Amino acid sequence: MMRKKPVDFILFALTWLSIIATATVLILVVGYVLINGVPHIRPSLFALQFTTQNQSLFPALMGTLMVVGLSLILAVPLGVFSAIYLVEYAKRGSRFVKIVRLTTETLAGIPSIVYGLFGFIFFGVFLGWGLSLMSGAFTVSIMILPLIMRTTEESLKSVPDTYREGSFGIGAGRLRTVMRIVIPAAIPGILAGIILAIGRIIGETAAIIFTLGNVARMPNNLFDTGRTLSAHMYALANEGTHPGEAHATAAVLLIVVILINALSSRIARLIKAS
Amino acid sequence: MAKTNKFSLKNVDLWYNNFQALKNINMNIPSNEITAFIGPSGCGKSTLIKSMNRMNDLVEGCKITGSIMLDDESIHGHIDVNALRKRVGMVFQKPNPFPMSIFDNIAYGPRTHGIKSKFKLNDIVEKSLRDAAIWDELKDRLKKSALSLSGGQQQRLCIARALSVQPDVLLMDEPTSALDPISTAKIEELVINLKKDYTIVIVTHNMQQAVRISDNTGFFLLGEMIEYGDTQQIFSAPSDKRTEDYITGRFG
Amino acid sequence: MGKRSLAFNKELAAKILFALSASAAIIAVGLICVFLFVQGLPAIWNIGVINFLTGTVWQPTWNPPLYGILPMIVGSLYVMAGAILFGVPIGIFAAVFMAKFCPRPIYKVLKLAINLLAGIPSVVYGYFGMVILVPFVRENFGGNGNSILTASILLGMMILPTIISISESAIRAISSEIYEGAVALGASHERATFRVVLPAAKSGVMASIILGIGRAVGETMAVRMVAGNQAILRMPHEFLSGARTLTANVVLELGDAYGDHRAALIATGVVLFVFIMLINALFSMLKKKDGV
Repeated sequence: MMRKKPVDFILFALTWLSIIATATVLILVVGYVLINGVPHIRPSLFALQFTTQNQSLFPALMGTLMVVGLSLILAVPLGVFSAIYLVEYAKRGSRFVKIVRLTTETLAGIPSIVYGLFGFIFFGVFLGWGLSLMSGAFTVSIMILPLIMRTTEESLKSVPDTYREGSFGIGAGRLRTVMRIVIPAAIPGILAGIILAIGRIIGETAAIIFTLGNVARMPNNLFDTGRTLSAHMYALANEGTHPGEAHATAAVLLIVVILINALSSRIARLIKAS
Repeated sequence: MAKTNKFSLKNVDLWYNNFQALKNINMNIPSNEITAFIGPSGCGKSTLIKSMNRMNDLVEGCKITGSIMLDDESIHGHIDVNALRKRVGMVFQKPNPFPMSIFDNIAYGPRTHGIKSKFKLNDIVEKSLRDAAIWDELKDRLKKSALSLSGGQQQRLCIARALSVQPDVLLMDEPTSALDPISTAKIEELVINLKKDYTIVIVTHNMQQAVRISDNTGFFLLGEMIEYGDTQQIFSAPSDKRTEDYITGRFG
Repeated sequence: MGKRSLAFNKELAAKILFALSASAAIIAVGLICVFLFVQGLPAIWNIGVINFLTGTVWQPTWNPPLYGILPMIVGSLYVMAGAILFGVPIGIFAAVFMAKFCPRPIYKVLKLAINLLAGIPSVVYGYFGMVILVPFVRENFGGNGNSILTASILLGMMILPTIISISESAIRAISSEIYEGAVALGASHERATFRVVLPAAKSGVMASIILGIGRAVGETMAVRMVAGNQAILRMPHEFLSGARTLTANVVLELGDAYGDHRAALIATGVVLFVFIMLINALFSMLKKKDGV
């Protein structure tokens, strides 16, 4: 190989150093959390009831599932329908479409603490839902709406127009064409978006603690308070009284996130293969 | 015997926004014959065929004037566009089977128009595939994905799909342009056989194909219909200089 | 005819349903703006715009209470600048690596790693910061470790995936002819990449930086867990001392704030919101220019 000029060599080395630094960050964070956390994962951490001794993450895990489920019920139909409207129905460049795009981008840029603040004053105080599953799920579903819209839009756009032509050509209306031909072909992409959204919800804290609350129990009904795994982690880290459990909880949280990531990249690969 | 006309077009003009793609088209398309549209790319032949089942409605900024009559009824009048497309089937340039099983591809049409009985659907699927001369090849793998078929098989499947809703007319937009010569020959043979039951309009860039299969030929250039008449006549003794130039390969 | 009109109605009903869903985003943004501004702006008015934005003392429990958020504005700017300092150079070089230098076999692994980095929850980053970075800074630089410096390093890490992915696709979007043209003139791979391709991708790279800045300014939990959070106006040389950001101000006190205090926190949120919106507007302007 030819010898590089000094300037070139420095640039070359800097790119390598930067990517190594990036990889090191990941290895440090993941490695530290897993190595210190996994040994502390023990059955009592999954006890049905939280006590100050066991610091069980089970209620938080259940709370997470409830928030995820409820927000998906709210945001998935809304996001998918919006995307259908934008891709399959709306005239390109119409005023309405422009405003929808602008507001969707705005939603995507709002930091989670502002969502928390809004959820607190609107759902919690104004609508009187207080700290509850409802407040939490509604707040979070607004937060993931742009993500679901964007991924659905992209997967609808990737469905070839020839499918639509074939369906229209045989006398099917637009609704049937969309529901029977376009959506089934776009399902993997929509699914990948939903999984990304689940990851967002699980990782969310700031928008959760002022809407769902941060109480170590499982919500009994829609208007009951609780916590999610991330909120639980936040509480444990701040109290600092149970370092072992905090380590273990961080590890569990990270493992869940890694699994979700693996799932979404597997689906993405499936889309590419087909 | 006097010919009956399936389609009759009068003073058809068509614009895509400010671009006029069809200029004052007047023609009659006889029943149970094969009519071919030829001409260089961009001449408007595909645009015209897509106007006959109103697929151009899907194009933003497309405006059409004049009259297109199907069996003496305007296709822009009271008729429901989906009912029109049921009567006027279409086969596209590139085979476009849906990403579902062979059976479901054919059953999609009848299901769309309200047929639910499994028994009837079985019947329709078999008849359509037989009519498209592909039943013997596919009868043992109806549950397989249509995307696993070869290009030629896919196109015959698409023809079967178009036949499944019992249309009167079959519009074919360069149906063999993406296929190899053997598949092309099979489709041409099929098209000739379908003539007795259907009126067929075919767009082709292959002049030999027009000669081989069509009864009437229309030659288009820059959105105008230059010449239209009996295929033998057009290819042996064209009356317009531009037609002659095109069929003898001097341009296009 | 009856059947036809029924089918037509179904089509129309579906279209209306889809259009209504599409307005959800508009309604959401409307509600967020209205509720934040209606409750936040009067508070700013009562405190006095100048007192609020340039007041250096935040003491909600004093009598009379003082609501000056200058320390928080400055705190946010410090950690933002710190995040840029740590995150941007590494991010851009890493993006160049991913787009132009990466050996094929490791590309997939690195791409997965960067996606995972983006997916790690901010509490986990915050926790990592608490147990690793804080002691590291305390032992190597002094202070108690909960500092502007610590928050900057952590935020720098957190904005890496944003900068890398968006810059990488901006660099990849530059047509290879530009690169080949440079190489054909005798430029080395490095020179062609850094002198020709990277400048051509400038607006996309800028957009990635701006989006990263937005992330850094909006980040709450991780910063709150490592920055010390004292609402005291700091000077630049005090980077080993703690500071409070706008986000941390809200998350620390919203839980038990009432009346004027709560309104002042909502007003803090309004300032943050407006700041982020400006950053996003800048981002979408650059995005349009570049088509990333």
